[in-house]
Amino acid sequence: MSQPTWKNPIVAWIDYRLPIFTFTHHELVDYPTPRNLNYWWNFGSLAGVVLVIMIVTGIYLAMHYTPHTDYAFASVERIMRDVNYGWLIRYLHMNGGSIFFAVVYIHLLRGLYYGSYKAPREILWIIGVLIIFCMMATSFMGYVLPWGQMSFWAATVITNLFSAVPLVGEEIVNWLWGGFSVANPTLNRFYALHFLLPFVIFALVFLHLWALHVHKSNNPLGVEMSGDADSIPFHPYYTIKDTFGLGVLLVVYFGFTFFAPNVLGEPDNYIEANPLVTPSHIVPEWYLTPFYAVLRAITFDIWFIPAKLIGVVAMFASIGVLFFLPWLDTSPVRSATFRPVYKQFFWLFVIDCVVLWYVGANPPEGWFIPLGQFATAYYFFFLVILIPLIGFFERPRAVPDSIASAVTAGADPHREQS
Amino acid sequence: MTEPDSAAAAALDAGDEAGDERRDFLLIATSVIGATGTALALWPFIDTMNPSADVLALASTEIDLLPIEEGQSITIVWRGKPVFVRRRTAAEIEEARATSLDALPDPETDEARAEKPEWLILVGICTHLGCIPLGQKSGDPRGEFGGWFCPCHGSHYDTSGRIRKGPAPENLARPPYAFLDETTLKIG
Repeated sequence: MSQPTWKNPIVAWIDYRLPIFTFTHHELVDYPTPRNLNYWWNFGSLAGVVLVIMIVTGIYLAMHYTPHTDYAFASVERIMRDVNYGWLIRYLHMNGGSIFFAVVYIHLLRGLYYGSYKAPREILWIIGVLIIFCMMATSFMGYVLPWGQMSFWAATVITNLFSAVPLVGEEIVNWLWGGFSVANPTLNRFYALHFLLPFVIFALVFLHLWALHVHKSNNPLGVEMSGDADSIPFHPYYTIKDTFGLGVLLVVYFGFTFFAPNVLGEPDNYIEANPLVTPSHIVPEWYLTPFYAVLRAITFDIWFIPAKLIGVVAMFASIGVLFFLPWLDTSPVRSATFRPVYKQFFWLFVIDCVVLWYVGANPPEGWFIPLGQFATAYYFFFLVILIPLIGFFERPRAVPDSIASAVTAGADPHREQS
Repeated sequence: MTEPDSAAAAALDAGDEAGDERRDFLLIATSVIGATGTALALWPFIDTMNPSADVLALASTEIDLLPIEEGQSITIVWRGKPVFVRRRTAAEIEEARATSLDALPDPETDEARAEKPEWLILVGICTHLGCIPLGQKSGDPRGEFGGWFCPCHGSHYDTSGRIRKGPAPENLARPPYAFLDETTLKIG
C-alpha cells in the first residue's frame, strides 16, 4: 500500500500533526476491497448514508417540536402546515425510518447468506446486532413523539412488556413511565433518549467499520483475499458503485416521500392520543411486525412460566439469538453459493420472515394464530437447530482457492469437481 | 549481571512480598471504595426516572354512584388509568358466582373480588399488555363470557373481570377503594 505524500503544504502540516488525510487515504481510497463484490454489498454504505439523513432531518425537527403531552400533537401538525418545508423534513424523517430498516434488513440477510459473521468477523457481526437493537429502541421512541393514538398505545403495549419480569415487573414499568401510566414524564424521557440514541448508533457504526477494516470485506465466494490479484482499491471502484446504488435508493426513498408519504404509516396516528380509548387494531410499524408476531405466537404456559413472559423472552431472543450465530454455525464454508443444503433452508427462512411480517400486521384471530406459531417455530428451529446440524451433515461444493482463481478458467483444478 | 548473595536475595524477596501485600491491600481497598462510590452515584440517576412527588400526590378520586343504573358501567380516571365501575345485574352476579374455580386460569372467587356484589370496581387495563378492554359501552363486544373483551390480543374476561380465555395471565386488577357512604366511592 502506498504511503501518500501530501504536496499541499497546509495539508502536509496538518497531516504531520494529525494524520487525518493519511488515515482517510488508507481507509477510503487505497483500502483493498475484494474485486468480486456484488450489489448486495451496497447496503452497508447505504445504511450509513440513511443514518446521516435521519440525524440531520431529526435535528431540524427538534427545532420545532414540543415534547409535552398538551402540545406534542399540535406541534407536529404545525410542522406539517406552518413551518417552511416542515412537511418535507418530517416526511423524509418518517419514511427514512422505513428505508433505514429495509436497507439494514437486506444488509443482515446478505451477511446471513454469505456467512459474513464467521471467524474472524464475529465482533463485527455482534456490533451489527447491537446496532439493530439500538435502531429498534430509537424508532420505537421516535414513533411515540407525535403523540397520536398509535404512539400512545405502542408506548403502552411495549413498556408493558417489562411487566412480565418476575417480582419487580410493575416497579420497572412505573420506573420506565415515571408514573402510573404513559404520560408526560414518559414523553419527555423518550424525546431525550430518541435524541441521544442515534449518536450511540453512530459510535457503534464507527466500531463496526473499525472491525470491518481490520479483516476487510467478506465477498460472494466467502474466501479471504490473498494477494493483489484478489483486490481492487475502494476508490474509484466501489465509491462509484456505492454512489450508483445510492442514486437508486434515493429514487425509492423520495418516491415514498413525495408520492406516498403515509402509505407505510397508520391513519390512527393522526388522531391525538386518548388514554381512555384503545384503537381496535394495534399494529407496530411494518419493520417491527415480525417480532410482534413472535410475541403473540406464545399463547400457552410452559409449566409454571406464564405465556406472557415466554412471549416477551421469545421476542427479545428472536434478535438476541443472532449474537450467537458465529458459534451456532458449524460449517467451515462461508458462502451459501457452495452450500447446497443451507441455501435452500436460508430461502425458507426468508419466506418465514415474510410470513411473520404478514401475521404480525394482522389481528390475532383465526388461522393467523397457528400460522404465527408455525412461523415462529421455524424461525428458531432454523437458527438454533438447523444451522448447527447442516454444518455437520452437508457436503459443500468445492470452494475456489482464491477470488482470482475462480474467474481464471482452467487454472483451478477444483472447479470441475462440483 | 552478578548473582546477589542468597541471604540478601531472600531478604529482598521477603521485603518485596511485604511491600506487595501492602500495595495489593491499598489497591484493592481503593478500588472497592471507588467502585462502591461510583455505584452509589448511579442511584440518583436511576431514581430520578421513578414517579415524582407531584405524580404520587394524585392518589385518590371520589365518585358519586347515584346516577349509575343497574347494568350500566362507567369509566373514571384514577392515577391516569381507567377504572371500570359496573353496577351488575342479578344475572351477572349469579353467573360470576356459579363459575367453578377450576374453570379459571387465575382462580379467585367473585365474593373476594366485589365487596358489595352489585358494584364491581376494576382497573380497566388488560393484564396482558395494557390495552383497555371493550365492554363498558352498551354496543361494545363483551367477549364470550359477558364481561370484557380486549381487542389487542383477544383476551376474554367474565362478569367478575376474571380472565377466561386469551393471553392475559391475570384477572383485571382491583384498585384500593372504600364506600364512604351509600352513594360515594373513594378510589385510592
